[in-house]
Amino acid sequence: MAQAKKKKGEFAKLPKEDKTILIIGYIILGLFCIAIIAPMIYIILASFIDPVTLQNQGLTFDFSKWTTTAYERVLSNAQIWIGFKNAILYSVLFTVISVVVTLLAAYPMSRDDFKGKGFFNAIFMITMFFGGGLIPTYLLISRLGMLDTMWAVIIPGAFGVYNMIIVRTYYQGIPKDLQEAAEIDGANEMVYFFRVLLPVCSPIIATVAMWNFVGMWNSYFDAMIYLNSASKQPLQLVLRSILIQNQPEPGMVSDTQSTAERAQMAELLKYATIIISSLPLLVMYPFFQRYFDSGIMAGAVKG
Amino acid sequence: MSKTSTNATKAAGGGGKLRATLTYMKQHWQLYVLFIMPAFVLTIIFRYIPMGGVLIAFEEYNPIRGIFGSQWVGFEHFERFLSSPDFMRYLMNTLKLSIYGLIWGFPAPILLAFLLNRILSTKTKQKLQLILYMPNFISVIVLCGIVRILLSPTGLINMVLGTNWNFMTMPEAFRTIYIASGIWQGAGWASIIYTAALSNASTDLKEAAVIDGANIIQQIRAVEWPAIRDTVLIQFIMSVGNIMSVGFEKAYALQTDLNLASSEIISTYVYKVGLLDGNYGFSTAVGLFNTVINVILLITMNQIVKKMNDGKGMY
Repeated sequence: MAQAKKKKGEFAKLPKEDKTILIIGYIILGLFCIAIIAPMIYIILASFIDPVTLQNQGLTFDFSKWTTTAYERVLSNAQIWIGFKNAILYSVLFTVISVVVTLLAAYPMSRDDFKGKGFFNAIFMITMFFGGGLIPTYLLISRLGMLDTMWAVIIPGAFGVYNMIIVRTYYQGIPKDLQEAAEIDGANEMVYFFRVLLPVCSPIIATVAMWNFVGMWNSYFDAMIYLNSASKQPLQLVLRSILIQNQPEPGMVSDTQSTAERAQMAELLKYATIIISSLPLLVMYPFFQRYFDSGIMAGAVKG
Repeated sequence: MSKTSTNATKAAGGGGKLRATLTYMKQHWQLYVLFIMPAFVLTIIFRYIPMGGVLIAFEEYNPIRGIFGSQWVGFEHFERFLSSPDFMRYLMNTLKLSIYGLIWGFPAPILLAFLLNRILSTKTKQKLQLILYMPNFISVIVLCGIVRILLSPTGLINMVLGTNWNFMTMPEAFRTIYIASGIWQGAGWASIIYTAALSNASTDLKEAAVIDGANIIQQIRAVEWPAIRDTVLIQFIMSVGNIMSVGFEKAYALQTDLNLASSEIISTYVYKVGLLDGNYGFSTAVGLFNTVINVILLITMNQIVKKMNDGKGMY
């Protein structure tokens, strides 16, 4: 409280034009935050309203018109759950594999004495500029027999050069004394890496893991081109047919009588689908927030 | 351990360099076999083999005959693409989307960072950041789903305006929708890097400026802007270098049959003509064309950074 009062005092002391600038700034910031929250609140409220009412008069606070039918329909649909299950499976596998590969590869690249560093660096960097493109990659995946398997979504992108650079930069920021001390104690590089280096790198590991997890969870392109079976679709593809292609899962609307009713129900299902599918990440992300700054700064060093 | 090996290299001199390297590799075999190998193998298989696959761009690819059995057509696909009327349209759509996106989207996070930096209470600042970062965790599909809901003829926006436009079918609305929703989703998240740079601005310097009676504009000019200038420059140059690599996912999810006149960009075209229509050779040629322009842009931008940054590039 005392601090807040002091801050208020500071504000009062400011020259008049500064106050004007600050107030305008705060208003802009406030409006932007409202612009972020308002659509979300609208979607949340609308998801509870009877589809006919929603279409005819929009939001209403007449609670007799409220219903949880959209949620019941979405949650009782098998495909949504298959989507969730696949999304969790793919994201966890992808995160584990890519984090391990990245952490390992970044270590030799961070050492000054590593012979072949220039060679590997060139090999990795070129892929940041140049790639084969869609069709050659697709043909390769098809040749490898990975079409319609989850590995097509997980393996090809498992090593990200950008993440490697960030982790490498982080390793390089760890004091060299640590390595020397470990060597004096007779630790070889394996022991040093696993017992000494990794434990002090948890912020960057958490950051990279979070990026990879969120990235995989939210993407749909690879799954769209490589996975055909409905049983292998991750959540985003299920969402795509409901939200973008206007094709709700058959079971969700089949009991409705008229085409108009079906269309209204399909519309309402979108709201509930958005809430249900976005909730897990939105609830989880504040717990990761403390890692953001450290991770982003590590990445910023190299641009 | 590492010291002895460097000494060994020096002692051995030029002739024994190879032997010294081999000794080093023997001593540190884990670095090669365990640490770098998985990344190396993944890169070779999934990045370099497809690079060889761009040969398809120069042939009439036949899946049965394979890359080396198909008929060569030279630059025919490129000529066909470059001379078609669609070429200019897709190129301009791509460029406009990213250049307008840059003009509107680039300053937004910087402004947000400056504003956040002026919030005196740490708690308020953290709460605002929690809100500002939130949209970053919404997927592209959900974002586009929300956009479609809000902009539908009976949606919230039309209700507020008292109209019933169908924005998603209007080519002239596509870019605005794409860019505005991009700022909505990404500006807060992108501001982190500037907020971090601003927090590194010397507080002493700022206090001195305040004591000297500097007003906010002067403080920004003298203390805050210098603290983030390098970050801004690097971010800007990287964005310019990536102008040709507009993301596929969002453009595709915001496309409707009726807004294609402005929403068909090179990456969505490559997908449709290649995977949906099966013109593998032609699609690869269009993709290769895009990549080449992108590489030229990136290298040019990297050279510019090198010049400004005393010889140190981004890559």
